[in-house]
Amino acid sequence: MRTWLYKADTRLSPYLYISPFFLLFAVFGLFPLGYTAWVSLHDWTLLSDEHPFTGLANYRELLADPYFWNALRNTISILLLSTVPQLIFALILAHLVNRRLRAKTLWRLGMLLPNVTSVVAVVVIFSQLFGRDFGLINWLLDSFGLGRIDWQAGVASSHVAIAAMITWRWTGYNALIFLAAMQAVPKELYESATLDGATPGQQLRKITIPSIRPTVIFVVIVSTIYGLQVFAEPQLFAGSGPNGIIGGPDRQFQTLTLYMYEHGFNRGFEFGYASATAWVMFGLIVLIAGANYLITRRIRSSR
Amino acid sequence: MRTSLRRMLAPIMVAGLLATAACGSEEQPAGNEKITLNVALFGDFGFKPLYEEYQKAHPNITIKERISDYAAHHQSLISHLATNSGAADIEAVEIGYLSSFTATPNRFHNLLDLGAGELESQWLPWKWQQGLSTDKKTLIGLGTDVGGMAMCYRTDLFQAAGLPTDRDEVSKLWPTWEDYVATGKRYKAAAPKSYFMEASGNMFRAMVEQAPTGVYDDADKLIVDGNASVKKAWDLTVDAIKSDQSAKLSAWTPEWSAAFGKGTFATIVCPAWMTAYIETNAKDAAGKWDVAAVPGGAGSMGGSHLALPKQGKHAKEAYELIKWLTAPEQQKKIFKATGNFPSTPSLYTDPDLTGFSKPFFNNAPLGKIFTASAQAVQPQHQGPKQGDVFNTIGAGLGRIEQGKQSPEDAWKQVLADVAKLA
Repeated sequence: MRTWLYKADTRLSPYLYISPFFLLFAVFGLFPLGYTAWVSLHDWTLLSDEHPFTGLANYRELLADPYFWNALRNTISILLLSTVPQLIFALILAHLVNRRLRAKTLWRLGMLLPNVTSVVAVVVIFSQLFGRDFGLINWLLDSFGLGRIDWQAGVASSHVAIAAMITWRWTGYNALIFLAAMQAVPKELYESATLDGATPGQQLRKITIPSIRPTVIFVVIVSTIYGLQVFAEPQLFAGSGPNGIIGGPDRQFQTLTLYMYEHGFNRGFEFGYASATAWVMFGLIVLIAGANYLITRRIRSSR
Repeated sequence: MRTSLRRMLAPIMVAGLLATAACGSEEQPAGNEKITLNVALFGDFGFKPLYEEYQKAHPNITIKERISDYAAHHQSLISHLATNSGAADIEAVEIGYLSSFTATPNRFHNLLDLGAGELESQWLPWKWQQGLSTDKKTLIGLGTDVGGMAMCYRTDLFQAAGLPTDRDEVSKLWPTWEDYVATGKRYKAAAPKSYFMEASGNMFRAMVEQAPTGVYDDADKLIVDGNASVKKAWDLTVDAIKSDQSAKLSAWTPEWSAAFGKGTFATIVCPAWMTAYIETNAKDAAGKWDVAAVPGGAGSMGGSHLALPKQGKHAKEAYELIKWLTAPEQQKKIFKATGNFPSTPSLYTDPDLTGFSKPFFNNAPLGKIFTASAQAVQPQHQGPKQGDVFNTIGAGLGRIEQGKQSPEDAWKQVLADVAKLA
């Protein structure tokens, strides 16, 4: 009897310990996911009482909508413009802070500050920096005789402005994660590399990055997922008029989430259509995150 | 803004207290049951001092207010209606959204069942009509303010451009919108560095709202393509854009707010509620702003109703409250405090209202101007996706302003986008 109980305990208890997360995930994660899939197969308008089944009609309509593809292009463009510099800066920053420094904690805490700031505050301030008539950046450009840029109006310029907000907010955060991983790299490697005459840059490329490969993969994937869902930055960038929903009159910076928001909460409250968008986004995120995993896995491991 | 608002409110509150004291004997609290009424608004409706007055007269009622911004308010209202929980007892609905509720009125208390029918004569007939469902059997909301239009302008910029600055003279410059655009051309010729209007979208919208029919016909069919007055408004607006009159600002952005005070543009279509925004955003430009008549006669832009979602438990008490909040007396107090113009015509002969002016607007007779404007409004049928249609057309004008598309291409895309809305 005793041994049976003991065996059951060692076998089953671990599952019991981890079950709260999975139960909560089932209730707040899986169920909404499934329900969204169900809604996406219907003509589901929020204010009407009838929700006729339409099968895949929402998906067909979605994939035939040029504005959907436009939103996808914008999202990927903003993703690349923000994630790539963000990760490079974060690596360099972590590498610098990882050395012997005075007031180490101060520098490290400072890196987290932009991330603690509310996204609304970040966007409000950046929107003013990137303002067309009274913005600081245009004022600088103008005083160097370079002329003004209507940041919101252009496709590339609006993407750069939005990417700058994301980069500013997440670089320090990612740097801290990199830093945590770098602390685990054996110091002897650097010492011997220094003896062999390797420069700090070489050390970063040849020792640090290969040693923290799993962390790089993690950060790339998490940033990708965040980048594909970017919403607050473009929405607030356009101000609270109708442009905040379609991302500028030419939809020049409408992201996928904004596109979903437009259909779910503006144009007749078509929840079925918005749900279909959500599912297509889900698929895309899985696909792109998977591709990223395969690419980043190719970083040569040091071991 | 805050201090000036408080200064304005103080006498109103005193008057309110006196009024309640005077009629205290008549209004006995109905029941002893403690009731909390939630009121959800977008922006400040100027109700706060009124609540205190009302709670004094009805000790069993507690009023709680929550305010969010325009889009967030209406979106959460709709999701609360759809999920049948979470809506406040009293919800403000702006005209841009009202038409989607009058098309599906089943989620609101019918105010006619609560006895609102006898109040009909209080309101402008068209304002009353706007709150009725398509079959005229359900009344969704009681009207608060109306957006009778005027034209606000900067006297200093007009002077610099060699245009008259006196408001009567200025009104004479533009009996029609064609004259307005022609004045804009004169303005640009004299002052090429500044702009005549803040954005072209408002001008377009004002023109369409003045027409007998707008973007919908009476059967809720979209007629953007077929309606000559819409096309005419579009063409004239394009003309104004092409002669570089628009400062190309999009409303509710930081740039837009800043531009009021900096004198970036000289005129803005000015429904009554806009005066509050001008005052807030252009504190330093007090006295430089003035108000003239709007081209093309009259029209209404904006305005709201107070509605009672069916999920609210205290329909009777909530109805009593909105009946009181929208009564002429209270609408007058709100106008003086916030600039939101009453929808109850009995006030339009009240010298207290018609004689109202503000030093900020160079003592322009705001009461008189907006009264004339509100009285002249011809009702226009509003369809279920009214707001979305205007936004779609506005985006088309924006593409021309930003140089993305030729007017022809922009119009083609507008028609295609609007067709998808139907």
